[in-house]
Amino acid sequence: MNTVLAIEALRFGWPGAAPCIDIERLHVAAGETLFLHGPSGCGKSTLLSLMAGVLVADGGRVMLLGHDWAALSGAARDRCRVAHVGYIFQQFNLLPYLSVLDNVLLPCRFSPRRRAQAAQEGSARAQAEVLLDGMGLAPALWRRPAMKLSVGQQQRVAAARALIGRPELVIADEPTSALDEAHRDAFLDVLLAACAAHRSALVFVSHDRRLATRFGRELSLPDINRVQGDPA
Amino acid sequence: MTALFSIAWRSAWNRRFTLVLTVLSIALSTLLLLGVERIRTQLRESFSSAVSGTDLIVGARTGSTQLLLYSVFRIGSATNNIAWQSVQALSAHEGVDWVVPLSLGDSHRGFAVLATTPAYFRHFHYGDHQALVLREGRPFDALFDAVLGADVAERLGYRVGQRITLAHGTGELVTEHTDKPFTVVGILARTGTPVDRTVHIGLQAMEAIHLDWRGGAPMPGLRVPVAKLGEMDLTPKNVTAALVGLKNRAAVFGVQRWVSTYGGEPLMAVLPGVALDELWDVIGVGENALLLMSALVALVSLAGLVAVVLAGLDQRRRELAVLRAAGAMLRHVLALLALEGALVTLAGVVLGAAATAVGIALLSPWLQAHFGLALALSAPTANEGLLVAALMLAGWAASLLPALRAYRLSLADGLSPRL
Repeated sequence: MNTVLAIEALRFGWPGAAPCIDIERLHVAAGETLFLHGPSGCGKSTLLSLMAGVLVADGGRVMLLGHDWAALSGAARDRCRVAHVGYIFQQFNLLPYLSVLDNVLLPCRFSPRRRAQAAQEGSARAQAEVLLDGMGLAPALWRRPAMKLSVGQQQRVAAARALIGRPELVIADEPTSALDEAHRDAFLDVLLAACAAHRSALVFVSHDRRLATRFGRELSLPDINRVQGDPA
Repeated sequence: MTALFSIAWRSAWNRRFTLVLTVLSIALSTLLLLGVERIRTQLRESFSSAVSGTDLIVGARTGSTQLLLYSVFRIGSATNNIAWQSVQALSAHEGVDWVVPLSLGDSHRGFAVLATTPAYFRHFHYGDHQALVLREGRPFDALFDAVLGADVAERLGYRVGQRITLAHGTGELVTEHTDKPFTVVGILARTGTPVDRTVHIGLQAMEAIHLDWRGGAPMPGLRVPVAKLGEMDLTPKNVTAALVGLKNRAAVFGVQRWVSTYGGEPLMAVLPGVALDELWDVIGVGENALLLMSALVALVSLAGLVAVVLAGLDQRRRELAVLRAAGAMLRHVLALLALEGALVTLAGVVLGAAATAVGIALLSPWLQAHFGLALALSAPTANEGLLVAALMLAGWAASLLPALRAYRLSLADGLSPRL
């Protein structure tokens, strides 16, 4: 099985603060679903930023599809990230003034590769519609400004955006923490189904361990992080 | 890039109320800056356009600014007059083309009375060699004819045919020459100079109303009725000053020297341009104050602009993070902010310049009437162009400051802004 993400001997600390991440080894295979949990402030978001190449390791390597983030220039990292990584925030994922469809199509505007891959199903727009449909969002909502949607609906739009153009890796940072239980389960259903359909690897971060059973693998960040304590 | 542009536009539209406020604040500071600059230059212009085409102003020996002040601006009064013989000697000088004697000292309801010869209307020029134009009526011809400046006629509501009496002196408690009333025969078109605030009469008339006066008061028992004036010699004994035109301007220093060494009495001659500059040096401090004020206004409004954009940035932190998460590169985000800053500044400056033009067009009659300030709607001067360019550049630079902060924030935030 191909490795999408490889972390080896990673060390990182915010400037002027003590190191907060020290991970010996973490590999994510293509199509794998990984559940990463840990208490608040244990460095989950920082680790995700390192995975997405927004932050660069102080030592060791974080490699996406064989490319070391640290070896790329800032602009090249930006290009590589949009081409291969989809990202879902805890909440407020959408540009409120764009329509639902335009929000989903955003990565295709910035990345030719995502656009080309999305167009394999006819057109980028067609894939966006398929994704939105799969997320259970009725066509009547697609032209609405994103700010008119409920929080649960917005998270599903964000998932569709992260998945459009078949990125190899989808990173979700506590995407269900703003949802109630029923919405949370429904969201997980559609997210996992879509990732499976697109063969995208999923790194899903949450402090809620009850969700872990739905994933292929479960990891506790405090277990693999050799730095303990509160980095915030 | 078109994608970016449409996002920029929709993002701006989403924040249109804040942005409109920003545009308005830039427009307001542009308006202030351009308005103050326009007033400043026009003030100087209308000041220096008070007299032109006159080569020398001759008066009793005094300071050159003082001579200019009373002969041209009707401010203060002469300490000494010049004798009529001196005026005649001056007219006879071979280099002199024309001499227009001026006699001041009386007033009409606060406006200065200038006694002169009909040649005044031919030779006196203001601004860019513009001659005086009669809006209605004719120059004075009969003894008790008077020609009014535009302000005098407007403020007092006088028309041609109005009968007026002059007052001796210019103070509050003045004695009227009630026995010898004048008739308004002409009203001058507006000039934007002290001429507008002057009542013009003939030199002989000035002499006539003072025949029975001695030392500033009517002589008791001595009354010269109007009917008997025809028998009397109305040649003035002295005048206050004289405007002189030369046949050849190159001779100006020669004539000036001739006047200052004139044997009959101590006289002096000043070049109006030089004296105007000297006077402006004194009162130009006000100009510098205006300039300083404009600079402060610009500074304050730019500081406001930075504050508005910076405050807006915190609200946009999430938006920028979403854009980056969706694949926008750092340069896209910076371009977005710079583009918006440039457009907002441009819109503000254009709006402000337009408002200035409209304001000048609408307010200039009122300013002219109440402050005597002639503001003309004209093409922007080089200085104004420079001001506008500086404002745009500064405004744009000010909007880049938040872009710089956005750059640092997005590097420090990672993908998840800490809000």
